[in-house]
Amino acid sequence: MSVNIEVNNKTIQAKKGETILEALNRNGIKVPTLCRMEGLSPTGACRLCVVEVEGKSGLTPSCSYPIEHPMKIWTHSPRVISARKMLVELLLSNHPDDCLYCIRNGDCELQNLAVELNVRERRISGEKTKINLDQSSPGMVRDPSKCILCGRCVRVCDEVQDVSTFDFINRGNSTLIATSMSKDLNFSNCINCGQCIMVCPTGALHEKTSFDIIQEMLNNKDIKVIAHYSSSVPVSLAKALGLKPGKDVNGLLNAALKGIGFDKVFDSAFGADIAIYEQAAELADRIKNEENLPVLSSCCPGWIKYMEQLHPDMIDLVSTTKSPQQILGTLIKGYYAEKEQISPEKIFTISITPCTAKKFEAQREEMTHKGVSDIDQVITTRELIKLIHLYGIDIHSLNDEFSDEPFNTRSSASKLVSVSGGMTEAVARTLNYFFTGKELSPIQVPKLRGIKNIKEIVLKMDKKNINFVVVSGLKNANKILAEIREGKIKADFVEIMACPGGCINGGGQPFCNDEKVQKTMIKAIYSTDDKEAIKVAHKNPGVLKLYNDFLKEPLSRVSNKNLHTGYKEREVLL
Amino acid sequence: MNNIVKEILLKNVLIPTKINVDKKVLETLQLLKREKVIHPVITISSNTPSKIAGIDEVRKQIEDYINERNLNVTILEVGSLGLSSLELIISVQLPGKTRLFFKQVNSENIILILDGIFNNFIQEEYVLGQLKNKIQEPWAQVPFLDEIAYFNFQQRLILNQCGFIDVNSIDEYIAFGGYQTFVKTINQNTPGEVCDIVEESLLRGRGGEGYSTGKKWKIASSTVSPQKYLICNAGESDPGAFMERLLMESDPHNVIEGIAIAAYAISAQKAFIYIESDYELAIQRIRNAIDQATAYGLLGHDIMGTGYNLEIIIKQGAGAYVCGEETALIKNIEGKRGKPHSKPPYPATKGLFGQPTVVNNVETLVNVPVILDKGAEWFKSIGTEDSKGTKVFSISGKVEYTGLVEVEMGTKIRDVIFRIAGGIRNNKRFKAVHIGGPSGGCLTEDHLDTLIDFESIMLVGASLGAASLVVLDEDNCILDTVKYFMDYLQKESCGICIPCREGTRRMAEILENISKRPKDENGYATLQRFKGVMQLETLAEVLKDTSMCGLGRKAANPVLSTLKWFRDEYEEHIFERNCSAGVCQELRTFEIDVDACTGCTLCAKKCPTGAIFGTPKNVHFIVQDKCIGCGICFETCKFSAIISK
Repeated sequence: MSVNIEVNNKTIQAKKGETILEALNRNGIKVPTLCRMEGLSPTGACRLCVVEVEGKSGLTPSCSYPIEHPMKIWTHSPRVISARKMLVELLLSNHPDDCLYCIRNGDCELQNLAVELNVRERRISGEKTKINLDQSSPGMVRDPSKCILCGRCVRVCDEVQDVSTFDFINRGNSTLIATSMSKDLNFSNCINCGQCIMVCPTGALHEKTSFDIIQEMLNNKDIKVIAHYSSSVPVSLAKALGLKPGKDVNGLLNAALKGIGFDKVFDSAFGADIAIYEQAAELADRIKNEENLPVLSSCCPGWIKYMEQLHPDMIDLVSTTKSPQQILGTLIKGYYAEKEQISPEKIFTISITPCTAKKFEAQREEMTHKGVSDIDQVITTRELIKLIHLYGIDIHSLNDEFSDEPFNTRSSASKLVSVSGGMTEAVARTLNYFFTGKELSPIQVPKLRGIKNIKEIVLKMDKKNINFVVVSGLKNANKILAEIREGKIKADFVEIMACPGGCINGGGQPFCNDEKVQKTMIKAIYSTDDKEAIKVAHKNPGVLKLYNDFLKEPLSRVSNKNLHTGYKEREVLL
Repeated sequence: MNNIVKEILLKNVLIPTKINVDKKVLETLQLLKREKVIHPVITISSNTPSKIAGIDEVRKQIEDYINERNLNVTILEVGSLGLSSLELIISVQLPGKTRLFFKQVNSENIILILDGIFNNFIQEEYVLGQLKNKIQEPWAQVPFLDEIAYFNFQQRLILNQCGFIDVNSIDEYIAFGGYQTFVKTINQNTPGEVCDIVEESLLRGRGGEGYSTGKKWKIASSTVSPQKYLICNAGESDPGAFMERLLMESDPHNVIEGIAIAAYAISAQKAFIYIESDYELAIQRIRNAIDQATAYGLLGHDIMGTGYNLEIIIKQGAGAYVCGEETALIKNIEGKRGKPHSKPPYPATKGLFGQPTVVNNVETLVNVPVILDKGAEWFKSIGTEDSKGTKVFSISGKVEYTGLVEVEMGTKIRDVIFRIAGGIRNNKRFKAVHIGGPSGGCLTEDHLDTLIDFESIMLVGASLGAASLVVLDEDNCILDTVKYFMDYLQKESCGICIPCREGTRRMAEILENISKRPKDENGYATLQRFKGVMQLETLAEVLKDTSMCGLGRKAANPVLSTLKWFRDEYEEHIFERNCSAGVCQELRTFEIDVDACTGCTLCAKKCPTGAIFGTPKNVHFIVQDKCIGCGICFETCKFSAIISK
């Protein structure tokens, strides 16, 4: 029901039941908040969204107070502004003064607010809470001294991911956000998905960077430095590099990476095609033998760690295929090194991904070969942008270049993998080919696309009904897995991505609150699938050649040795 | 015997119709009420203050005394009369005589008292008074309790049985009229009617803002839901407040009856009572009361055949101050971190486990049986126009008598302090009274004629919420008191919302800075400190305006009210660096009186910083730069030669 309320002496329309903030935002009135997250429970902790409501003695938090009728509101009265300013100053009084050294410098919500509210003087000072930096995790760094205790990470970890690594401990001025038993992150049940980084308003949570070693390797003439990038990276760069948002900058990225000084630049999409091919073969095999169903996808390292911690009973169901990043890593340090006659120790592989959990995956013991990691370093899209700036690359003056052979070809199916539902679509295409010898018709499955976090679909292949389930966000995954355990839903293939929406919303992506930009990125991926001729993994010429020369066929002895792995139960503090 | 009594009580007393006048019943009641005793009865007031006063030792001595002499004496445990500073209080009732109360009993005088009373001789020094009773013979030259000033000015509606009845006996409680209102109510009134009566009585919640209790109940009962809850908030963790503890310790069944009626009024079948886990005695008494009431069929399934079910669960809190806030309390009972959330939704519509929940504090609930017994009109005749009934205070600090006080709403604060509590101890000068704990405010002498009711108290910047009165005299430093409360709050804030977490911390730091002598005074440090002082008021206003819950919103009260009434004392600390009360250690300076100093060197030996110089038998002197104001020399000097400035 629509009602009229008076805001800043003007009448605006509001809906009964919604919060004041929702009504204000819809009407183009901006009110700052530091703790609110759309879709998650409001905590009303930051108090920055306070407004003056006639008849109320104190100021009212607009993020949680429902619309009443009649209502008279002032959103920027002197009283409100001075209260907001004082709140920000209070936060700053307990914040390390190191903006210039901070990873979020220029991209920090607290900093922006201080600018907006014109904080120009230190009116309040006092003792600051000193807590140690936690660098223990392979994927993330936590700097609690920069934490403003907004609780966004707590809520996203609990309400979206169901991991609940963080919670508030202590009370009063010693309140902190900590992991279970205040242990370091590497002892905790953190899956390194990085969703907390994406919501953190300050630099309290960020990815672990390793620029020093990358620069050192780039300078070392004895080492061959090879970069390869995930399929979602080229579509995520445009806005940050000053190009039209959502533009696929594949060719420019190749040129930029070569400009930085990488000896070879490969496309991880090649690995994705192999992963699709192998996973489809595995699925076909298990369906034929009617054993170990459903197959749970294995390309998301966050989900894999979560499964090892919480669902060890499902280890047998998880596909043994490595993730695209690791497949390419093994191929580079195995097949490619032998072909080029370089010792694997002399190769330094850098994987560029939208993901912080990949940093964890790269250092897993299963992902090494005779003590040499298949992937030496993983950097996120955000770090890549910094690297491009660091090496003074002007993206506007570059011309498109191709990635290097032999891992340069890809199908458009491999591109889909970066969006939730894409892996399933790609696997379905290849699976249909395995069953029928023909291509899926129509080849695109629109039901697997879109923003829903749980999608279920049945496809008929060779008179068999194959059930596909797609989930993203681990809370949803838990729900589906519980239903599978209870036998409530029948599934043959379950695609699980830890980040809601898939890799495109990964924890290593550029910070972006603009939904439109997100949409253009997804659109770019689907339009690639519309435009390109090779739409299936099993038709990728490079992949076919590789199978011909080296791997023989999916699930062959060679591919089993190189491209497949196993997992075991992991004990962590829950 | 007990079963016979139970039978009589259940069949003849606890019935909604008129009491059956049966000789046997009357006799039983008389015995239970101790209007007639066959053997001497000794009651020992067993409560937390009396524990401190050494009840265990005295009790053993009494038992030994009786056993050694083979006397036929019954020993009973009663609660507190309210006079905590006169604990341990015992009473002796000899057959035919009135009940005689003794104060300040300890292991040294107990034998004397007992020897005396059993030989019809009274140790006058320790006599408190006697309890008036028409059929018993009074002791000569002993004042009746209600003639003593402490009791005389009080109007006890809810404390009337505290300290008199056996805390462990449901029989005695029923004999004195207990549970009869509850049984009558659930038999004769619908829940709606109960809400009506309570709303009509204009009873206001005693815990905080003074919201109409009846209205709150009506909101909860009109919200459609299969399950509703009643929570009795006994989470009393503010320094200076102890009325809920003493109420639960002294009259536990009364609390249970209040809960039961309130739960019935909102059709709740489950009630929680949230008590701090360190209130061990209160928990034990309440638990015992619940067990007894359940055994009598007054709680549990199908109460007295009416079909109404009620379960009361004790939930122990870990002592966080913020858990006294209702939304935090609810989270705590749910097993979560005790942190408040923004209202609305109010608990009455969406509370415990998402169901309509009424949260009332102990004092509010204890008022309910009286109201239903005597009617809304009667209750309305007591108190002021907007605040009806009485108010219980816990009074402590520099007054003669500390303890519980129950006065009619509209009584002057002056009367409470000077008439009931006996005025300031040791003939010192009254300075201020702090009302309402850490969230309350300080009042000066000028406010002593303020009436005790919700609006008047709020008007002078304090709060009736936690009704604790802490009386300060000239030896107390206002800044020190405020500093204490601020430090308490910065530790007890839930830590979620910024103004409360960071604001209380900074305010505590600013106050700390004011009461400290700066170590290295340079221009920049002075500027920073003064900036803080200048921001103190703005900060306090922002805290009041923007905090999420009552804790934060009221956290600035002590600062704001003292800044208003005791600004000169702040200024003295800031500009003159002086604390005239001599409390702020770092601001104290000492000098040696050259005429009085004998050169005994004792002070120089004891000085922890070596600030005192001098040779034996010659006058000493203090180097001010080295002095930290600890006052050890002041305490050590045998010739009063050290002068505090």
